[in-house]
Amino acid sequence: MPVLTPDSALSLGATWSQVRRSAHERAIAAPFPTIDEETWRYSRIGELDLTTFAIAETPTTITGASSQVTVTQVSASSASVDASLAELFAHSTSTDLFNSLNLAHMDVVVVSVARGVVAPQPIVITHTLNGDGSVYFPRLVINAAENSEVTVVERFISDDGVRSLVVPVLDARAAQSARVRYLAINELGDKSWQIGEHDSVGERDSDTLLATVALGGDYARVSTAARLRGQGSNTRQVALYFAGGTQMHDFRTLQEHAAPRTTSDLLFKGAVQDTAKSVYTGLIKIHKNAKGSVAYQTNRNLTLSHGAWAESVPNLEIETNDVKCSHASTVGPIDEEQLFYLESRGVNPDVAQRLVVLGFFDEVLAQLPVGDLAAPLRQRVAQKLSIGDPS
Amino acid sequence: MSTLEIRDLHASVGNKKILHGVNLSISSGEVHAVMGPNGAGKSTLSAVVMGKTGYTVTAGSVLLDGVEMLGIPTWKRAAAGLHLVMQYPTEVPGVMLNDVLSEALKGRGRDGDIARLDTLLKTEAARIHFDEKFLDRPLNVDLSGGEKKRNETLQLSILKPLFVILDELDSGLDVDALRDCARRVMDATSEDNLGALVITHYSRLLTELRPSKIHILVKGRIVETGGPELADVLERDGYAAFTPAEVAAEADAKDDPMGFGLFP
Repeated sequence: MPVLTPDSALSLGATWSQVRRSAHERAIAAPFPTIDEETWRYSRIGELDLTTFAIAETPTTITGASSQVTVTQVSASSASVDASLAELFAHSTSTDLFNSLNLAHMDVVVVSVARGVVAPQPIVITHTLNGDGSVYFPRLVINAAENSEVTVVERFISDDGVRSLVVPVLDARAAQSARVRYLAINELGDKSWQIGEHDSVGERDSDTLLATVALGGDYARVSTAARLRGQGSNTRQVALYFAGGTQMHDFRTLQEHAAPRTTSDLLFKGAVQDTAKSVYTGLIKIHKNAKGSVAYQTNRNLTLSHGAWAESVPNLEIETNDVKCSHASTVGPIDEEQLFYLESRGVNPDVAQRLVVLGFFDEVLAQLPVGDLAAPLRQRVAQKLSIGDPS
Repeated sequence: MSTLEIRDLHASVGNKKILHGVNLSISSGEVHAVMGPNGAGKSTLSAVVMGKTGYTVTAGSVLLDGVEMLGIPTWKRAAAGLHLVMQYPTEVPGVMLNDVLSEALKGRGRDGDIARLDTLLKTEAARIHFDEKFLDRPLNVDLSGGEKKRNETLQLSILKPLFVILDELDSGLDVDALRDCARRVMDATSEDNLGALVITHYSRLLTELRPSKIHILVKGRIVETGGPELADVLERDGYAAFTPAEVAAEADAKDDPMGFGLFP
């Protein structure tokens, strides 16, 4: 298996190499990021040495496919690929290093829903990333045709102690009046890294939901961009992140309004305990033509230990006056008044803190696209909480 | 028969002394009112008895059946039998009423009540006309003022403390909710022998919650203690009539911008 260098794409020799080759060229041209760049500020990118990883095929299992939904899986080693699939990526011209590396080496899953079709159940895609020293490049494309509806869950799993890197890309496209709901769950082990990107484009009157639950990883980053391209389109981004030990979770979000009367809403809630860190930076960008648009952005962080650290940086970039925008951002310990209230009922302080932290996250869990997952994820959060740990 | 005794209680917030030696004693089954103007120290008194952080007790005692409550954590005071119905109950997002009550009952070793908590909640909710749909809400979130106080009263009726401090029960409350809550408290004084310390600004609350004793708190001191008739005197003459010269002399316009008027 080739060690990961910008040249390694050439060794693949895949038939549909044009997409991969041009991505590879952009990867070579892209400088390695540094924390001097705003989008990498506070990150741990300086610790990453790509040459210490070897490219591996992503071990992926998929459930929930049905006759109404087309799920196509193409690994980087596939010798030939349908021209229509290659066509999907013709427009992909990102100059970002990690997006380009992904495109050059990607193992692709394409979920397509035909016009007017409502997918009867969630598609669940699970990547199990247990190769020590391996780097994985999964790419998920969700193509929802006019007035269709689909829910996709993507899970990233690895064992503790496994030093792997995953560079996933989501590319979600909602055609006119389509409804796309996506949930990424990071259940990576304590030595795994993730540098991911979620990108959605909504056409007229479409509705997209990009959700993330991040519990694992050593350093786990997701940049999520929801772009509203058709008038009347709506998007929601929600995230629950909870870092402990020496973990770091890193989120960069974009709500881009490029059409009139578009609406976006974002709710990211995180907690850090022990000496963990988290970063949230978010931008609401409203183009001149996006009159009558509404955008909300809320980021709330709980710092549960003195050694834990969270950063929150909201930004607005608005080119028209005819909009309604609000953003709110908080970082701080558990609210004293809430604790006093519970303690005054006779609830022991450790239990009170657990209840308040779990309650804090419930607002996000309630908005996840697959309701059945809320209870087990809540359980995972409860297990991870070190406050008043019964064990 | 239990007793809650507050002895020579002095307390301050920051550098500002609020309580200057409060004395009062209440027994099971009794209702006492503590009345006072704005700035008298009513809310400080309830916070200090319950052990809220941010208040410094500089002298005195709070004894529950002779056991010192000062210095022990809030949750243990609650488990020992003290309860505070808050003036403005805190919203606790995502935390459900039955989870909190289960934990609170667990701390009191009342496993039997945990097992039948749902039934208890429904019965008690019906008694005070608290809509059952609110039982599944996070604590106090999106509840009106009246619903919040019904929710507080509901918790009181389930936890069955020895003594309750009702801090301005009538704040933000409509007449119907006030009657429902007050009657439930009166019932508890006879059914469960609850002792209730009613902290209020207005005498109107006392037509429903009928105290056997009224204590008038001015500038951090109990300046007068008497029977229910004191409320009528207050209604007529205001708090100024109860302000001894030496207390009045200390009165600082900054502390009490509204004056001692009963209805500022």
